Amino acid sequence: MVSGGVTKFAKAHPEMDFRLMVKRAYDQAMAEIPNLTRDQIDGSRISYFSDHFARQLKAASMVQDYLGLNPKGSIRLEWGGATGGECFQAAYEAVASGRMDTVLAAGFETMSRVATWKGNEFIALASDTNFDFPLGGFYTGYYALMVVRHIYEYLRLTKFSHVRDEREAQRLAIAEGQRIMSWVSVKNHLNATHNPYAQYPKRLTVQDVLNSEMISYPLTREQICTMSDGAATAILCTESVAKRLTDKPVRIIGVGTGTDTMRLADRPFGTVPLFPHETARDYEHLPYPGVHSFRAGRSAGLEACQMAGITNPLRELDFIELHDAYASSEIQTYEDLGLCRYGEGYDFTLSGAPFLKNIEYGLEVPEAGRIPVNPSGGLIACGHPVGATGLMQAVFAFWQLQGTIRQHFGDPTLQLRTPRRGAIHSHAGTGSAVTVSILERGF
Amino acid sequence: MARPKAFDHFREVQEEIGKSGAAILRDAEGNEDLIIDSPYSIHYIHSYAQDSPFFLGLAEGKLLGSRCMNHACGFTYATPRGHCMVCGHATTWMELPRQGKVHSWTTCLFGGEAFLKETPYNLAMIEFEGAQSLLLVRLKDCVQSEIYVGMPVEARFAPEPKYSITDVWFVPAK
Repeated sequence: MVSGGVTKFAKAHPEMDFRLMVKRAYDQAMAEIPNLTRDQIDGSRISYFSDHFARQLKAASMVQDYLGLNPKGSIRLEWGGATGGECFQAAYEAVASGRMDTVLAAGFETMSRVATWKGNEFIALASDTNFDFPLGGFYTGYYALMVVRHIYEYLRLTKFSHVRDEREAQRLAIAEGQRIMSWVSVKNHLNATHNPYAQYPKRLTVQDVLNSEMISYPLTREQICTMSDGAATAILCTESVAKRLTDKPVRIIGVGTGTDTMRLADRPFGTVPLFPHETARDYEHLPYPGVHSFRAGRSAGLEACQMAGITNPLRELDFIELHDAYASSEIQTYEDLGLCRYGEGYDFTLSGAPFLKNIEYGLEVPEAGRIPVNPSGGLIACGHPVGATGLMQAVFAFWQLQGTIRQHFGDPTLQLRTPRRGAIHSHAGTGSAVTVSILERGF
Repeated sequence: MARPKAFDHFREVQEEIGKSGAAILRDAEGNEDLIIDSPYSIHYIHSYAQDSPFFLGLAEGKLLGSRCMNHACGFTYATPRGHCMVCGHATTWMELPRQGKVHSWTTCLFGGEAFLKETPYNLAMIEFEGAQSLLLVRLKDCVQSEIYVGMPVEARFAPEPKYSITDVWFVPAK
């Protein structure tokens, strides 16, 4: 990767259609590598999630057209919430296969074109329309179902196993889960106050998050990402081209994808695919993935780590930009990516490991800085224009590895000290598809 | 010809296009974006295809799951599948018990636009004796504070079927 660009994510960008948004993100990426001219780009991979939001079929062709890239080759990608991550990997494959020397990955979404609850309906069309959609047309409900079971498996049956009354034990466990999820929301919103591209930067307390409107029990508004307009681009090329374009390239050293059943109801109760630092005994009595964990995230993480030669992600990665569409799914993803064992996600959060060391969160975070997760603010605070999101993560990770956060954000706070490796993680509907890509400083 | 009314806020524009069909959004620099109302509605000719017997079953007050016909596999599904996800063989229909237990649940205070008028509603994933997968349904006749994982529940069927998954729902078992 040699360059990237992002528009500021916003609730609405009525002054730009999707073509102009991508053009802005493209111009930003091109401006940073002046040795690359448009005619040296061999083609593109373009992603957006929903034809319903765009209300324009073949919108990717119109992007290709607007950027003046015709008649070069292009492919449109769509994979639900993981659309941007898939686009990034498709661009990677175009170069790795030898098909192209230089490729543009571009993604966008214009979600402001419909009212919020109609937008929720559109998103829920990415669930089984025979069995799931007619029950509420509401993805937050599906994630709430998942976290209620996650809390049951990992808090009710552990921390609250001494409570005799079943209902009381579950209430206490859920309250504890809500409190810990709020830590994630506090972290991501506060990180975002140092990121000018973020949609909802703010300082919140755990109590603020808990007091915000209940959307689908136990998830409150501040624990959930919002809909956005935005675009992001990444330029990928071969190593020899990269050397000509920049003295700060970033190498893609691992890519992984995973999938799972579309319906939550079909998820099996089997065994955990293991990272090298785990053993089968760790999970002897754990029915997996059930509805509590994202098997696709585990598969994608394993594949990417294996390719990158990483055996222990916690030790060998310096940061992660992961798909926190919900505060719950950030905690579930810590476990999928092997940062802690399954069942340890809540304690891992409370340890402070995913927090930044140099930010005062108003929380006791003794292990802050161990592996910052979503230093940019993630989806919860940056926004989630679906087709752009995975590429936004790539751009933030790229700047992080380049050491150019200060230059791009006008604020050095989020810049980690000489990070060598970072992972980006893009996730579709209830974990039905996940991509993980691992990036490494290439200079 | 009259120009559409101009506004400084997106929300005002949204209201205006609902009334007159067009409005202008003005930004601080005086740039103008013309925004129009653009309705869209469609009737799909949706076939339940291989899932059809399940929905016909609901209309008769029956809950149908499926079982893999490969004897070496025999995986059982509470949400029916035409073919087995474990081994790929065709499945056969089997009737599920009317009683089950809550595997997980939530209370939704919001929903997709078409469902907002039904809020709050409960969703529950149901586990059944004799089935290895779950079924997602609405859970009625109880409120958030009463629901818990493991709660015994039983099926109810719509007297006037709409041929939708909402033709079945569960209530706390008596």
